[in-house]
Amino acid sequence: MAITTTKSAYRKGIVDALPFVLVIIPFASLFGLLATEAGLNVFETLTFSVVVIAGAAQFTALQLLQEDVPTAIVLASALAVNLRMAMYSASLTPWIGGAPVWQRALAAYMTVDQSYVAAMTQYERAPEMTVPQRMAYFFGTVTPVVPLWYIFTLVGAMVGSSVPDSWALDFAIPITFLAMIAPMFRTLAHVAAAFVAVIVSLIAVNVPYALGLIIAGLAGMITGAQVEAWMERRKPGSMAR
Amino acid sequence: MIDKTALWTVIIGLGLGSFFLRFVFTGLVGDKQMPAWLLRHLRYTAVAILPALVAPQVLWPSATDGQFDLPRVSAAVVTLGVGLLTKNVLAAIVSGAVALYGMLYLVG
Repeated sequence: MAITTTKSAYRKGIVDALPFVLVIIPFASLFGLLATEAGLNVFETLTFSVVVIAGAAQFTALQLLQEDVPTAIVLASALAVNLRMAMYSASLTPWIGGAPVWQRALAAYMTVDQSYVAAMTQYERAPEMTVPQRMAYFFGTVTPVVPLWYIFTLVGAMVGSSVPDSWALDFAIPITFLAMIAPMFRTLAHVAAAFVAVIVSLIAVNVPYALGLIIAGLAGMITGAQVEAWMERRKPGSMAR
Repeated sequence: MIDKTALWTVIIGLGLGSFFLRFVFTGLVGDKQMPAWLLRHLRYTAVAILPALVAPQVLWPSATDGQFDLPRVSAAVVTLGVGLLTKNVLAAIVSGAVALYGMLYLVG
């Protein structure tokens, strides 16, 4: 389906994000459920999801709040989990930096892993898209995701602890991320970046404040950039002459 | 029991902080040109961060208190494998879920 108008870009964004519906529902429900188990009321739980919209950071904060960790440390740790959002913001900038500031602010509020990856994949595949089309596509990808994040946080909070652990809802997000990674392996540089990031993340898993993730991410990005530069040098007729 | 002041401090602080992190470059850099070396690194953000986020959760899931869990590892392998073969996100998610519940049924 070729994108010719902002409306078709928006529609394509929605369609491309539909698979995420399958995982946002269990993941949001799980947050609602765990938050009420931790003693939050329905209003507090829903506000948490609406204000923050960041699953991994919310789970981190919730867990640390229950462990009587100082509030400043809870905040710092949860923000560290979200530090990747700054990297997402940086990599989106060359594509959507020219959009009106209110659109960029709205997109920033709704930047989640799924919308970011879907958008980047599309922007790289169709570089001829205009900035309004890119924004429309981005808002398309969040349309099936963000409202369901709110709604199923609420459902989870109201259903409460009647869902047993054996449903393994915790694994919904790793599965989505793995499914999203596979189509990104376009060049040797992408594969090398992912490989190094995985190795470093496993070595650095005990680094405090979730900074292991950032270290691993940076290691992967440097690897990708180096391999890309190396492949360009090897290309006949580029640097050799 | 979670202290209410701590809870609301965290909700509001995390909300503002997360927005700042998400807006810092798209908002402040905008359409100014970024250097080529930086762009070259930023191209690999997604493909580095997502695997790094997932790998420890696959090998040492918090749901099993960090114990290696065969159903979760199998589900991860199947998801990635189907994703690589089909390049289809939906097919990969569904296969991963089937593998997870199949193995949980068989093992657990």
